[in-house]
Amino acid sequence: MARVASVLELIGSTPIVDVSALSPSPNVAILAKLEGRNPAGSIKDRVALSLVEAAEAEGRLVPGRAGQVLIEPSSGNTGIALAMVCRLRGYHLKVVLPANVSPERRQLLVAWGAEIIESPGAEGSNGAVRRAQALAAEHPDWVFLYQYANPANPRAHYTTTGPEILADVPEVTHFVAGLGTSGTLMGVGRYLKEHRPGVQVWAVEPPSGEVVDGLRSLDDGYVPPVFTDNGGADLLDRKVIVRLRESVEWTRRLTEVGLFTGLSSGAIMAGAVKCARSLGDEPATIVTVVCDDGWKYLSTGAWSDDVDDVVERARTTIYF
Amino acid sequence: MAAVLRVPTVLRPAMGNNSVLEVEGSTIGEVLTRLTEAYPGARAQLLGEDGALHRFLNVYVNDDDVRYLGGLDAPVSDHDEITLLPAVAGGFL
Repeated sequence: MARVASVLELIGSTPIVDVSALSPSPNVAILAKLEGRNPAGSIKDRVALSLVEAAEAEGRLVPGRAGQVLIEPSSGNTGIALAMVCRLRGYHLKVVLPANVSPERRQLLVAWGAEIIESPGAEGSNGAVRRAQALAAEHPDWVFLYQYANPANPRAHYTTTGPEILADVPEVTHFVAGLGTSGTLMGVGRYLKEHRPGVQVWAVEPPSGEVVDGLRSLDDGYVPPVFTDNGGADLLDRKVIVRLRESVEWTRRLTEVGLFTGLSSGAIMAGAVKCARSLGDEPATIVTVVCDDGWKYLSTGAWSDDVDDVVERARTTIYF
Repeated sequence: MAAVLRVPTVLRPAMGNNSVLEVEGSTIGEVLTRLTEAYPGARAQLLGEDGALHRFLNVYVNDDDVRYLGGLDAPVSDHDEITLLPAVAGGFL
């Protein structure tokens, strides 16, 4: 694809690269899908376009009509991707963003014309979701796409990411991805299991649960409707937690195969390696995801500073 | 001999303000039952009324979510590390 009419046509069709040099087993191949190649820089470009197109198809948004406002909670990539899509479509986007995200994310949102509404950093993404829900209820004229519950989120992966993976890696035996809204895992997982029933789907839980201390009680917890609506507990085969230190270490290890990635991709790679270890000598092909590139995370010092210092800072800044 | 249990901030007030506890039991169910005996105030935060895991509580044995390892029947061995974490809207967003 050499010439396109709109940057939106560049979303998806990302390459997959063999990173088996990082595999702990000679019989287990690991392949990483490079979602940082999307035009706004992350896997969330697929979701943002899908959410907006679904709202347009339903008539909730009309391209070109003046005064249309969207609101969405995001710790970064969904907001950035939506900001780019909204800029092209002429919608005004308000992003509820935890106060303690890395400064590059804030700047990218501003670059594409989004308005930032801060939520308390100590409450993490949980707090951003609550604030967005409250604001959406106060302003029924605002369009709340709500990536956590919108079927257009997993559908983006069911219709694009999943088929791309199967076309490029027909021998896939395991899919390992991060658990946020669960859109990637539900969409890709369901597509792969329908076409390759033996495929195992592993979720990597980011270390944010260790960091978020703003809960008053466990009853303030949250499971995304996308997860429950898609039978997530039955769809997943395993779920592993990855620690902050492992995430930073594997983000660095990925540079050994030439990949400069965000920290969440380091966490997911750590999960893929755990998956590979669990297989022992069994031959397998793991497909995993690099969600975004490292540019937005340079201010974290993740590649240059002492690992202990990076881990300590990550306890107060949202890196995932 | 025992396993080590890591308590998240939100559960510490109900569990003697401990961040780390030594726990006994051969399954997660046994471990949680003994915890609720030692800390009755934590029961509603650990288990639902139906006796299953609280829907917003994730329990990991050596970083593996027990919901995919047999739930309350998931085995626990000496020196295992059990981590309790609240289910929250997390990263990757």
